[in-house]
Amino acid sequence: MRLKLLGALGMAVFLAACSDDTNKGATTGTGAAAQSTGVTPGSEADLVANVGDRVFFELNKNNLSSEAQATLDRQAAWLAKYPQVTVQLAGNCDDRGTEEYNIALGERRANAARDYLVAKGVAASRITTISYGKDRPTATGDNEEAWAQNRNSITSVR
Amino acid sequence: MRPSDLPLISDVEASLLATHFGRRALLGAGAVAAGVLAMPLSALAQAAPGAPGDAEITVDQARTAPIPIVIPVLGGDAGQLVSSVISGDLGNCGLFAPINGALPVGVPDFGTYKSLGARALVSGTATTGAGGLRVEFRLWDVLTGQQIQGTAYTAGAGDARKIAHIIADVIYERLLGEKGYFNSRIAYIARSGPRTHQTTRLAIMDQDGANSHYLSGGQWLTLTPRFSPVSDQIAFMSYANNRPRVYVLNLATGRQQLLGDFDGISFAPRFAPDGHTVIMSVTRGGGSDIYSVDLASRGKRQLTSSGAIDTSPCYSPDGSQIVFNSDRGGTPQLYIMSAGGGGAKRISYGNGIYGSPVWSPRGDLIAFTRIANGSFSLGVMVPDGTGERILTQGFTVDTATFCPNGRVLAFCRQTAAGAGGAGFSSSIGTIDITGFHERSIPAAGMASDPAWSPLNG
Repeated sequence: MRLKLLGALGMAVFLAACSDDTNKGATTGTGAAAQSTGVTPGSEADLVANVGDRVFFELNKNNLSSEAQATLDRQAAWLAKYPQVTVQLAGNCDDRGTEEYNIALGERRANAARDYLVAKGVAASRITTISYGKDRPTATGDNEEAWAQNRNSITSVR
Repeated sequence: MRPSDLPLISDVEASLLATHFGRRALLGAGAVAAGVLAMPLSALAQAAPGAPGDAEITVDQARTAPIPIVIPVLGGDAGQLVSSVISGDLGNCGLFAPINGALPVGVPDFGTYKSLGARALVSGTATTGAGGLRVEFRLWDVLTGQQIQGTAYTAGAGDARKIAHIIADVIYERLLGEKGYFNSRIAYIARSGPRTHQTTRLAIMDQDGANSHYLSGGQWLTLTPRFSPVSDQIAFMSYANNRPRVYVLNLATGRQQLLGDFDGISFAPRFAPDGHTVIMSVTRGGGSDIYSVDLASRGKRQLTSSGAIDTSPCYSPDGSQIVFNSDRGGTPQLYIMSAGGGGAKRISYGNGIYGSPVWSPRGDLIAFTRIANGSFSLGVMVPDGTGERILTQGFTVDTATFCPNGRVLAFCRQTAAGAGGAGFSSSIGTIDITGFHERSIPAAGMASDPAWSPLNG
């Protein structure tokens, strides 16, 4: 969790530092979005900085924790606000499973997040899913903290 | 008299060539396969004329003690290369102990080799000329002084390694009584770049790591190549155009085709023993189903619909059954069902979770990955689930593949990464099904997902 927040903060700082004319003129949304003024509303950066782009899973599981549900609630609200946005949910796994099983497990995780968003009113046609199994880890180390980071479903703007 | 001066005549050893190249390929006194012509060489004068007619060495004890075999540097400009490849094949498989020696002229001095402890001896020449490469090879039984095999091969000038692998297979078969596997290749995934977004390329090499080259460009994530057991085709998974699907690549034509039209992700391909169909997994909802796809008609047939993850399917060598990985019982385990689907029966009951099953071409064993307490093991079990043996362990050992005769497994071994990703490595190892002779295949850079080819034509 700490890593994720640092990543989000880093992104916001980065964007603020290189903010160009497009971002300068952009109006920010209300509430949480106000904390990152250099971000285009409805953009990938907005999603990452102000909503939270990913949810995490337990080992070999696809259950959505209350924290994951809260993140997806924010994503559903954000998607309702920007109805033109379509997203991809990419499921990922730690490297403690086999190559092939993890491809299916990653898809199962993306699917769990998709089903939740659809239940919250997001049109299924706006969501695609993909799984990278254990081949696109976010954290490069091999320890419990890194594995927890890598068991996720990451939402990105298409 | 030097061996190269001998006339080429038909001899009883031609029967071995017939076996080696397939009986239909034997043409008169010679055999042709993929540009290689093999002709029997007559036996030199026998040092022990009274020896038994069957010169094959009986080496039951070779299972535990490697056979000492003298492999001198052969004569001719390609002799050094041919000898080193033969020696590498036989030494690396663990069943032979190559001894360097002087090249014998004519009939070898068997007394000297006997005193070295040698059981067999190789002699011959390898010469490149205007007509290409000519390799004359003889195999001798040191104890009886008999020539076991004499063959002259002619091939293209660049085929020295190939001929050497063929000779190593002949030696393996004559001395062990079963077909070798050295004239074969391994398809694999070459990996480079940072671990968070590694570049993956489909690649192929000889089984000893030589002649490695890429078959794809690395733009898209590419995984799990699988060789056809009967043709020069590889099924694999590619994320081309951000749509992960199973493709088939024809190595002869370079043509690559999408296999099957599915809504979900298709992955985990595996050819049927006859090469006519490919089975694979296709995601649906929170699980994946197993399908077979006919290569000619592209007709597809759904074999499982459990709602759970059913994946990593692999046919038995007789094509009647399929072993696969499923978490339908709660955790990933191994199951066997009929080739038409149905009748699934769990076979794995050890501690931990199981995956990546692969059926031996001999039919008698299923190799698998087992994960317990955060550590991976590679093992084999009898198809009814009994006799489980762990062959090797590590941080990650996965994607086992059998060599053509079923005696050796190649697999991917990965090491754990420390902070920042340093320390991560990915390589291809091999291990005998007895659990001995583990070694690493040299490859430039990181490699994973090995897939052993059938014997080359």
